[in-house]
Amino acid sequence: MFDLKGYGPELAEGALVTVELAFFSLALAIVLGLLGASAKLSGNRFLAGFASTYTTLVRGVPDLVMMLLFYYGGQVGVNMLSDYLWEAYDIDFFFQFDPFISGIVTIGLIFGAYMTETFRGAFLAVETGQIEAARAYGFTRWHTFRRVMIPQMLRHALPGIGNNWQVLLKTTALVSIIGLTDMVRVAEEAAKAERMPFHFFIPVAAVYLILTAASELFIKWLDKRAHAGVVQGN
Amino acid sequence: MPEFIVEWLNQNDIFTAMTLMEYWDGLVTTVQLVFLSLVIGLVVAVPLAILRTVKNPFVSGPIWLYTYLFRGTPLLIQLYIIYYGVAQIPGIQDTFWWTIFREPFYPALLAFTLNTAAYTTEIIRGAIVATPHGEIEAAKAYGMNWAMRIRRIILPSAARRAVQAYANEVIFMLHASAIASVVTIVDLTGAARNIYSRFYAPFDAFIFVALCYMALTFMLVFAFRKLENHLLRHQRPVSS
Repeated sequence: MFDLKGYGPELAEGALVTVELAFFSLALAIVLGLLGASAKLSGNRFLAGFASTYTTLVRGVPDLVMMLLFYYGGQVGVNMLSDYLWEAYDIDFFFQFDPFISGIVTIGLIFGAYMTETFRGAFLAVETGQIEAARAYGFTRWHTFRRVMIPQMLRHALPGIGNNWQVLLKTTALVSIIGLTDMVRVAEEAAKAERMPFHFFIPVAAVYLILTAASELFIKWLDKRAHAGVVQGN
Repeated sequence: MPEFIVEWLNQNDIFTAMTLMEYWDGLVTTVQLVFLSLVIGLVVAVPLAILRTVKNPFVSGPIWLYTYLFRGTPLLIQLYIIYYGVAQIPGIQDTFWWTIFREPFYPALLAFTLNTAAYTTEIIRGAIVATPHGEIEAAKAYGMNWAMRIRRIILPSAARRAVQAYANEVIFMLHASAIASVVTIVDLTGAARNIYSRFYAPFDAFIFVALCYMALTFMLVFAFRKLENHLLRHQRPVSS
């Protein structure tokens, strides 16, 4: 292999940070997506309006701008809150906004909006007969949701989740801009110090390629499993 | 200027005429960067997409590799490689290329163009592959050769199928262009970052710029909806 000038361990740690960040963001995005999709389909005008505002806002603003807003704005917001608490109640409260949390919150919020659309489409693709059958068996709304809608919806949602995951994985690179020491940041510092940009960025690009390629295979496998009981074609 | 705008401008410290000019310059840079990379990217992508559907693996293989590499890695890495990388090419600092690539605008333009061309190639390829076979058979029956089939049948038909996905790509590119601020380009986001660090006012600086991007996004969405309606007007249900 080639020589990473002693940055190898740091790069490996950075890669781990990238993967952790991606997984936590995905978890948040899935939760938000399920909530958003349920809100949009709930029939409650207030909830549906709230969810549409959320998805529209997110799709209009660049991810980097949102990340900067949360990272810098989050800290100022916390400072204002702690000032207020100290003045009003003598409570000493302080919270340091770190880039890892800001990254998860921002990426989770952004992809939560995309997941909302994915899940909404997937819920709509579940046959109404299935829901009627569940109701006929005396399932409650929650039971129908958990036992009938979710398992059947997942099959339709899987390609969408897969696409979102691939984009999300690449979006994590942005968190290096607000100072998280992920592998992009380590590579950038190493490249500047050693004046060898190709030497450090190409391995990082290769790690991203490996991650996206591995995810592609995994999603294909999941998709096959999810379609196990489905007779396709004619 | 109307009286109340003058008054409002006089009353706040951040949105003075000077900072608004900075935002305006940033907007111009963002629009230039995005527009140029999209136009060049599209011009490059159309022939690549056609060649990507050719059966010969020596023609389609390299194009597949190109799109795979650029779609599988983050744009930020591509930007860093090009931005930091060009300066390292031996001897470049003595050629006239250096006068161009010393400006961060051009490495960024190159990175964005290569990235959007890769995505657009795949979008157009998908649309070409989905051409109904009957259309091609009919074109053959009329005696059209390959080039004429591409020009008169396949591309117009593919354009209709591609427009929606391409609209998403355009909006994606507009949003992705925010990373140009990382390599010292003062685009919209760069202007916001400068103003943030001068006044330490994150909400004013970034919410304003978010609204600018939102306005641009919705203008694009509107324009593409018009275009889509125009291209797909033959499919509109006949109404009274």
